[in-house]
Amino acid sequence: MSTNTTQDSATTHAAPKASVLKDLDAVRAMIKRHKLNDYIFSLIGLLALMLALLTLLTLFTDLVMDGHERFNLEFFTDFPSRRAAHAGLLSAWVGSALVMLVTFIVAVPMGIGAGLYLEEYAPKNWFSDIIEINVANLAGVPSIIYGLLALGLFVYILDLGQSILTAGLTLGLLILPIVIVSTRESIRAIPIAIREAAYAVGATKWQVVYDHVLKYSYGGILTGVIIGMARALGETAPIITIGALTFIAFLPPSPITEVAPFINFEWLSSGFTVLPIQMFNWLSRPDHAFHINAAATGALIIIVTLLMNGTAIYLRYKIRKNIKW
Amino acid sequence: MVNNMINATTALKAESRNLNFFYADGKQALKGVNMPLYENKITALIGPSGCGKSTFLRCFNRMHDLYPGNKYQGEIVMHPDNTNILEHGVDPIEVRMRISMVFQKPNPFPKSIYENVAYGLRVRGESNKRMLDEKVEEALKGAAIWNEVKDRLQDLAFNLSGGQQQRLCIARALATDPEIMLFDEPTSALDPIATANIEELMSELKEKLTILVVTHNMQQAARVSDYTAYMYLGELMEYDDTNTIFTRPSRKETEDYITGKFG
Repeated sequence: MSTNTTQDSATTHAAPKASVLKDLDAVRAMIKRHKLNDYIFSLIGLLALMLALLTLLTLFTDLVMDGHERFNLEFFTDFPSRRAAHAGLLSAWVGSALVMLVTFIVAVPMGIGAGLYLEEYAPKNWFSDIIEINVANLAGVPSIIYGLLALGLFVYILDLGQSILTAGLTLGLLILPIVIVSTRESIRAIPIAIREAAYAVGATKWQVVYDHVLKYSYGGILTGVIIGMARALGETAPIITIGALTFIAFLPPSPITEVAPFINFEWLSSGFTVLPIQMFNWLSRPDHAFHINAAATGALIIIVTLLMNGTAIYLRYKIRKNIKW
Repeated sequence: MVNNMINATTALKAESRNLNFFYADGKQALKGVNMPLYENKITALIGPSGCGKSTFLRCFNRMHDLYPGNKYQGEIVMHPDNTNILEHGVDPIEVRMRISMVFQKPNPFPKSIYENVAYGLRVRGESNKRMLDEKVEEALKGAAIWNEVKDRLQDLAFNLSGGQQQRLCIARALATDPEIMLFDEPTSALDPIATANIEELMSELKEKLTILVVTHNMQQAARVSDYTAYMYLGELMEYDDTNTIFTRPSRKETEDYITGKFG
């Protein structure tokens, strides 16, 4: 050590150069060490991702392999039957479609309206804070609790029956927080500078909301709506709780009629079943042949859900393409 | 503080009288600011960061009203109608219809070039296509960008360069025939050539309207403005015609700031 020091002071001119080079080596070694952490982390991340994807893929393949023999037209046009090979999904997918329609009509205007109000109009005080925390909490409430609420409120107090309307309202409430949160998040993504620009030319609040806020955020809102709907499609617990039928061999009255006014609302109070309940029903039978039907239904639900989520991602990408900030 | 040497023939367009401003957290950002704004002149606000010059500028179109808890005290009176635009009974929207603003970073809407300029007219209920076409063209010409965009009015505004976007924002602010135009550091995000274009444009615009500009760039203030105000810690330290401020400032602090000893 001491010899080094004397040598350094003796060769004052050469020393700085040497020490810079030596430092450079140390810096390179350090960068290498730090980069190693990058590799290790990306490897762990990739593994975690693969594990999740593989699990889903295995489940899906399993369902398809079990159920593929039922993928034919009759499966979609037959009512449930005592004979597994002739049992179909007709009442279930029609029921799901009608329930989803009610859910959509309930959740979309209410969710967007609530999100818009909270973000743009609500005064920021303790009351709006409480509402905000509660909306976030609602998203985490177990779905069966919604079922209990619906059973008490919609079925017994409001006497709406164990109907499509009750199911649609219940699922609408269930996905309401998802729509509210996604609405608020996409509204918040709009830069303050854009709002100020709109206000600066003399726009009123509603003009800003209608001409700008809604137009620039509807991609994100749409994504939230679709993801919420996909969730509602697979929900089983609250539907069972409100007392959906598990075996029905009839269709609700058609919403569209041949005579004026061409539309009727009787279907709203009709009994119904939905895809996951039909699946659950088949699954709980001892006869293995019905399990094949259940597997086919499960595969169908996954495919529809993935398609919906895929549409959401595509729409978001497409709409965001023209908006750069 | 206001120097009385100002040429008596120039008409007063607006003036702030004993203006105090408080942000929602209670911080006082402006302290008793008295300042005139002369018609068809450019007034520049200079001063170090946080001195309140942007806060002062944003009082003129009541931008602070967008955020709850902000509080004005004092008056900003517009002439010739003698309206105190800070008064409670005066709707901020009315104020913004008379006084337009160009922001620090170009902030066009994610809409077409045409719709960006037409928006101010649309919020005023103008929907006559011929009228809108005419006004949009006039504003784009006024903002010296017409020749660059006339063939692609339906293109997205984001496809323009930064300097073009800022001129488009000026066109948007111009389309509604404002009496006063506010510029909040309009060139701080632009390159020197785009900056020169904007400065030239401002000199042309003052034929038609009155300009108040905040700038960080003292050469810019010296180049474009007729009057300059030096602000520090929320107070108006010195106000005079630009030539006097930059050659014979009456206060030591002003001199220190413009010679770069401080700030």
